[in-house]
Order: sequence, then structure tokens, then C-alpha cells
Amino acid sequence: MKDVSFGQYYPIDSYVHRLDPRLKLLFLIVYIVCIFLANNFAALGVCAAVLIVTVIFSRVPIGKVFRAVRGVIVLIMITAVLNLFFYTGEGEPLWEWGILAIYREGIFFSVFLILRILLLVVCSSLLTYTTTPVALTDGIESLLTPLKWIKFPVHELALIMSIALRMIPALTEETERIKNAQKARGADFESGNPVKRIKAFIPILIPLLLSALRRADELGDAMDSRCYMGGKKRTKYKKLRFSWRDLIAASVGAALLAGVIVMRIFLGGIL
Amino acid sequence: MRIVAEHLSYTYDASSPFAARALDDVSLTIEEGEFFGILGHTGSGKSTFVQHLNGLIRLPSSQKRYRPKKGQALPVLRVGEFDLADKKTDFKALRKRVGMVFQYPEYQLFAETVRDDVAFGLKNFAEKGKMPTEEARTEAVKSALEIVGLDYGEVADQSPFDLSGGQKRRVAIAGVIVTRPEVLILDEPAAGLDPLGKKEIMELLHRIHGDWCKTIVIVSHDMDEIAENCTRAAVFSEGKVVMCATPKEIFSDEARLSALGLDLPLVAKLCHALRARGISIDCDDKTEDFVRAVLSLKEGGA
Repeated sequence: MKDVSFGQYYPIDSYVHRLDPRLKLLFLIVYIVCIFLANNFAALGVCAAVLIVTVIFSRVPIGKVFRAVRGVIVLIMITAVLNLFFYTGEGEPLWEWGILAIYREGIFFSVFLILRILLLVVCSSLLTYTTTPVALTDGIESLLTPLKWIKFPVHELALIMSIALRMIPALTEETERIKNAQKARGADFESGNPVKRIKAFIPILIPLLLSALRRADELGDAMDSRCYMGGKKRTKYKKLRFSWRDLIAASVGAALLAGVIVMRIFLGGIL
Repeated sequence: MRIVAEHLSYTYDASSPFAARALDDVSLTIEEGEFFGILGHTGSGKSTFVQHLNGLIRLPSSQKRYRPKKGQALPVLRVGEFDLADKKTDFKALRKRVGMVFQYPEYQLFAETVRDDVAFGLKNFAEKGKMPTEEARTEAVKSALEIVGLDYGEVADQSPFDLSGGQKRRVAIAGVIVTRPEVLILDEPAAGLDPLGKKEIMELLHRIHGDWCKTIVIVSHDMDEIAENCTRAAVFSEGKVVMCATPKEIFSDEARLSALGLDLPLVAKLCHALRARGISIDCDDKTEDFVRAVLSLKEGGA
């Protein structure tokens, strides 16, 4: 349970931390588009270079960044292996056994895919490392504002998100406490067959669920008793403002997108 | 079981920006048979300390990957014959003999009936192939429920979630003492209860103390609770033990306590007030004692 620090905000001050959350969200979207537009190693290399520079500027320790990767390592391996064996290229395969065959293109494609997923994961975790959950929801709310025209409850959605994020540490702590309490009564979560282990979690899950419902009720009552109403007239504690930093980051994003598109058109192919 | 702790230190989330020192070189001995109190503000390290006592927080030296650091006093923690600094310690056996009631223990209830919930620990701690018989279990559950002041026939088949708050807490305590631990640790056992509920919980603990559980350790920030009930107490502040003595000795040092931001129990305050007016009174900081002393003063003096 202590491993949930994956993607948790890393509280230091840096250039990237100070960027406007809206810009960081947009940058992430543009970056993901770039990763998928890039169809050759040169373009992907440029993407990687931009990300590495961003990580350096964010001053988030490299260990933290790799920790984010550790969570998806299995996914990466499975995708890579599947692609390696089932990708059918032109010409003679390098190795063949039944329906499995490795082609030269298959190897390149697998490596390409690994890089793509890596960049994706590092980039999105960098966003959560450098942006507080509150700033992030503010940013999302602000970006989704146009949807209000079609009567989409943007504010309520943002509120639900921030409450959910706010409750994660509280529930983690609660889980830890209940787990300890049941351990003190001799509960064993580490041994036995899988069925037995899953069953061992019932004494944690039921109290946890009850406590989550109770907290939700209490929070609802507390908001009601202070006459909370979402909507137009609410003002923000922290107003989001673009600054010169955001201008620089925005130009980097635009340049990256343009560069990747140019390389896609003129270089083409995976190599 | 005697509890001996020496040079205990603990840091939460070490090596992260959230690192917080909870215990700083704590040494403390609790003798068998005591009703021991642990006093301190929120965040003084008292809960962290008691979680060490049944191995919920492990000493670094009892963990798999441990390399001793040079020049540091090695922490010692022994509970009875268990050496908690040792990797080979059987923590489950330890937990059977050191019961632990957490803060708001009613939030750990989960089973369908009170009977099942109380029997949870009984089943968990049964040695392999030696599951107690149905009758033995019923008998144990029955006596545990009765000593906490609940009627077995009435509550055993109810859902624990249908009970009142005070009853739930009693069921939770019964669920811990059902295995007859020798040491019972309670973290803020009376928190959130009304005065009568508090009194009942304390009475319950005195009923348990002795035959049922030899040693009782309570964590509290309620001075009156400590003054009324404990044989000895330790005051924690910022992860350190700053005082360890009988309640009477602790509460006679008013200056020190107020420097630590701690209040005096009501009776001690009254004694001080009387002394300030030139009426000397000798009592143990217990309400009953105080009343008796005041009455005898009235008879003798006036």
C-alpha cells in the first residue's frame, strides 16, 4: 500500500512546477499526439529529447521517474513480445517456429513500441509529479469551460474529481489502519493460496467501504450546511494566469508538433 | 510480560520529502502487572511507539534487508521472551499475547454477526490443526462479551452494525481480548465517548486488568483518565519520553507540564488551588481520594 506514491505530487519548486496547469495539460495532449504521429526513429528521438530536457528542468529525481515506469513494465514486455513474434514483415523471416516468426521489421517495430509507451508513461507521470491535484482539476475545469454551452456540468465534474483525488490519501491511511487492526487480531494477508488471500481481504474491504460511505455522507452534510452551490457565481481562490514561462513551453510544444509532422511527411517509414 | 525498549527511533517515509520523525531515541520499561499510561499531544509519537510493541511497526534490524549502521546505538525491544529486534521472531505468536485495540476500534468490525466478529481473532490465532471446537469458541466469545458488559444472548446473533456506538466499541474490545492476551494496549480507548461512556470503558478495563490481562497500556491525552487509572505513566513529546513516573509525581511538576503544553487533571488543579490558599491537602490525584481528603479536612479542621 505504501507504493501508491506512483504519480504523487513531488513538492519542490521548478520551472515545470510553475507552469500553468492548463498549459501542461495541453502540452501533454500535443505531446501524445506527437508520439503517435512520429513514424520513424528520428522523430521519436526528437520527442524523447524534448521529454528528457523537460525532466531535467522539472528537477524530479530520476529514480522517481523510473518508478513510474516500473508500474507498467509488464504491459510493455507483453506488447513488445507479442509484436516481436506476430509482426509479419516483407522478405524472409530471421527465425521461424510454427506460427511464430521474427522479422527484421518486427524487431524495429517492437523497439519502437517500447519507446512509445515509455515516453507516454514518463510524460503523463511528469504531469502529476509537477502539478498538485487541485491545480490539475482547476486546469481541467478551465479547459472544459466551453462544454458549458451544451449544458455539460463542468464545475460539478471538476468538484467530483478533486474530492476523489483528495480522498485517495485519506483512504490509503484508513486502509493501513484497518489492516493493522486486523493484523493485530491475527489476520494473515501474506500466506495461503490465492483464493484464501483474496478472502483475507474481506475484513479490510467491508470496514473500508463503510468508512468511505460515512465520509461521503459527512462531507455532503458539511457542504450542505454551508449552503454549497456549484455554479457561475463562485470565485476561485487561485486564479490561473499565463506567463512568459508558458509562452516558452507553448512554443516548444508547437515546434515539436510542426517538426514531427514535417519529419513524417519527408522521412516516412519506420527507419 | 515485561516490556523493555531502548534507543527506539522511527521516521515515517524516510528518504522522501515527506519524512517525519516520530520517535527519537525512546527508552522505556513497562513492568508486568502495571496499568501504564502514555500521555502526549497528537503527533508526539505515542501511537507509533505502541505499534512497535506487537510488531505492527518492525525494527529495522528485524527486516530482511538490513545492514547495521556504524556508530549508532542498536535499538532494543523485548516483550516478555520475544526479542523484536530479531528476524526470526514469530510475530503472530507475539500478537496473540499482546492485544492491541486501535483508536475507534468499532470501525474495524466487519462480520455478519457479533459472534463471528469476536471469534475472528480466535480462529486466526488457532494453531494449525488445533482449531478450538465450536463449544470452546462459543464459551470464549461468551465470556469475552460478558466481561465487556454485554449480554451474550442478546447481542451474539445481531449484526455489529446495528448496535449503538458504545456497544460497538465493547464488541471490538471483546474481539481483541477474546484470545486472552497477557498485555493489552489501547490507543485512546475512550475517545469520542460521553463522560458516562468513558467511565464505563475505564471500569471495564479495571475488570479486565489482573486475571484477564496482566498488563494494560493505555494511550491518552486526557490527563484525568491517566490520573484516575494508571499506576505509572510516561509523557511523550516530539518523539521523546520526557517524563516517566507515577501520575502523582508527573502532575506535581506543574511548571514542566505547562512548558510541554499539557494541562493538569482537574483534581490536581483543585489541590494546587487549595494549596495556594494555604490549605495543604495530600491526595493521589484521584477524585475519590480527593473527596475523602477534603471531607476529613472538614471534620478535623473546622
